[in-house]
Amino acid sequence: MHLHEYQAKHWLAERGIPIPAGQPARSADEAEAVARQLGGTQWVVKAQAHTGGRGKAGGVKRVDSLAAVRTVTESLLSTRLVTIQTGAAGLPVDTVLIEAVTPFSRELYLSVLVDRSQAAIVFMASKAGGMDIEEIAAHQPEQILTLTVEPLSGLHDYQCRQLGFDLALSATAVNHLVGIMQNLYRLMQDKNGHQIEINPLVLTTDERLMALDAKLEVDDNALYAHPDLTGLRDVAQEDWREARAREHGLSYVSLDGQIGCMVNGAGLAMATLDVIKLHGGHPANFLDVGGGATAARVAEAFKLILSDNQVRAVLVNIFGGIVRCDLIAEGIIEAVREVGVAVPVIVRLEGTNALAGCQLLNTSGLALITADDLDDAALKAVAAVQP
Amino acid sequence: MSILIDAGTRVICQGFTGKQATFHSAQCLEYGTQLVGGVTPGRGGQTHLGLPVFDTVKQAINATAATASMIYVPPPYAADAILEAAAAGIELIVCITEGIPVLEMLHVKAVLARTQTLLIGPNCPGIITPGACKIGIMPGFIHQPGCIGIVSRSGTLTYEAVHQTTRVGLGQSTCVGIGGDPIKGLDFIDVLARFEQDEQTRGIIMVGEIGGRAEEEAAGYIKSHVTKPVVGYIAGLTAPPGKRMGHAGAIISGGQGSGTGKVEALRAAGIAVVDSPSQMGVRMKALLG
Repeated sequence: MHLHEYQAKHWLAERGIPIPAGQPARSADEAEAVARQLGGTQWVVKAQAHTGGRGKAGGVKRVDSLAAVRTVTESLLSTRLVTIQTGAAGLPVDTVLIEAVTPFSRELYLSVLVDRSQAAIVFMASKAGGMDIEEIAAHQPEQILTLTVEPLSGLHDYQCRQLGFDLALSATAVNHLVGIMQNLYRLMQDKNGHQIEINPLVLTTDERLMALDAKLEVDDNALYAHPDLTGLRDVAQEDWREARAREHGLSYVSLDGQIGCMVNGAGLAMATLDVIKLHGGHPANFLDVGGGATAARVAEAFKLILSDNQVRAVLVNIFGGIVRCDLIAEGIIEAVREVGVAVPVIVRLEGTNALAGCQLLNTSGLALITADDLDDAALKAVAAVQP
Repeated sequence: MSILIDAGTRVICQGFTGKQATFHSAQCLEYGTQLVGGVTPGRGGQTHLGLPVFDTVKQAINATAATASMIYVPPPYAADAILEAAAAGIELIVCITEGIPVLEMLHVKAVLARTQTLLIGPNCPGIITPGACKIGIMPGFIHQPGCIGIVSRSGTLTYEAVHQTTRVGLGQSTCVGIGGDPIKGLDFIDVLARFEQDEQTRGIIMVGEIGGRAEEEAAGYIKSHVTKPVVGYIAGLTAPPGKRMGHAGAIISGGQGSGTGKVEALRAAGIAVVDSPSQMGVRMKALLG
């Protein structure tokens, strides 16, 4: 689960990590009030959306009058923000963050995340802050410094100091960095963070470090332990089908093709998308009905797929292990009867109770196309959407 | 022979009296697994599925001489269950539970590294040596004793590989579902090394997916250490970057762990990579002649 910048910064500030003075605002009036309260003559207006690349996309603007605070806020709130990460549809902006302008002498990069190959938390830092870190990783990997935290011994101050001196910081700033890194590490532990990224971490003109931006993602699997986090979820930033799927225990990702897919198992679901593409088709979605699928859940999955009016055929690919194919068949029949289906449905059932499932489908009176294996099913689905 | 488990493996189940555990334990018993008891704290002394229930793993081992444990404990308690099994000296833990927080697994993995205990999973279908021992949730009837070792990050794609190798008459030596989580116990290389040593295994099918570097590392290992024919398949080649496809591990970020990069690494190591998962069985049959 992603947090907004203003939410992440609130957590940083709670832990003593310096951030610019500022407040979120949801209207031009609120924005102006925040700016007046902050005082000064210059402010930054930052669109709050779950994406990187906001600056280049015009989502972060520096303004020097209260009138400009209003007009920039209004324009950001009235349009969707399209960045290199969002796709053409962009993301809605319901909130802006109004901040005081911070003068600085250097921009650094600092992040903390889980490195799967080392099975450890690592810090990444770079002197080249404020830039796209993936660009730097690709073209100047030597610019990226890393530090590994041994899971059983934790983060040591000397590691942070070493990183600080490698970043060519002064002794004062290095001491400050140690505190910031220890607090970030504790925040990762306390909130089950997946990743915290501060880009840029700036060195102010008085030799202090400050987080000008913050991106924070927490582990969905740990939300049970943090009931306070559920209120921070911004469903408006998510595809509504993906959000609804989650409510029903389904895993769904919107894509832009015409063949709707319902599959059990994440790996098989990905493979189904690949095979559709291999045979010249375009999948409309990724959908994993999961291991504990019931007829009701399958019906919900089917409705979700059909709610996308781009869908011109549906491919059901089930290899029953825990999932019983006869249950899947019941769910399909229930959904088709309830919502009505105007597009061809191609079904491939294999594994537990596959025969019983096929019999249910064949005797249902519904026009379903059966397939022998995944290639066969994909070819039939691709053929079904040919104009 | 087989790898990791055989007909003599004595198994307990942690979270034994829960609904999922009950269903799958019954299936394992029916398959012929030597399931010898289970653990549910507070239910010690009771009988479940005709088997003794214990309060602790330690008690269960003392009474049954079990060497393997199958874990169905819910996510908030599963990491603790793994640590309990390891501390009690279990040799092989198979953790089926899906949804253990990543940071808890970092801790578990670091602790297990100090012990002799092996972990399969979490978030995996388990391990099976056909006709001998099944520890997990896979449908037993699609398997057939034979000569192909299967190792996979995906549950249902494992079943595809099993089904196809059964259909072409090769069967399986052992199938290991290592699971879809980013932080897990055994990885490809650990299993590949055992298949290479195993006399019964004549060929290996390896099923990977996008995300992480495990497939690339496995490719390097195969090139220098594996002499048996390997068929590979990578799921998620067409997945858009930055999107999480169901498995917490299945995400491409910053060019790391892309499907095409993995396919190239596998091909460069001499592995027969198939474009469609439907081809895994026939390709292996062709390689073995």
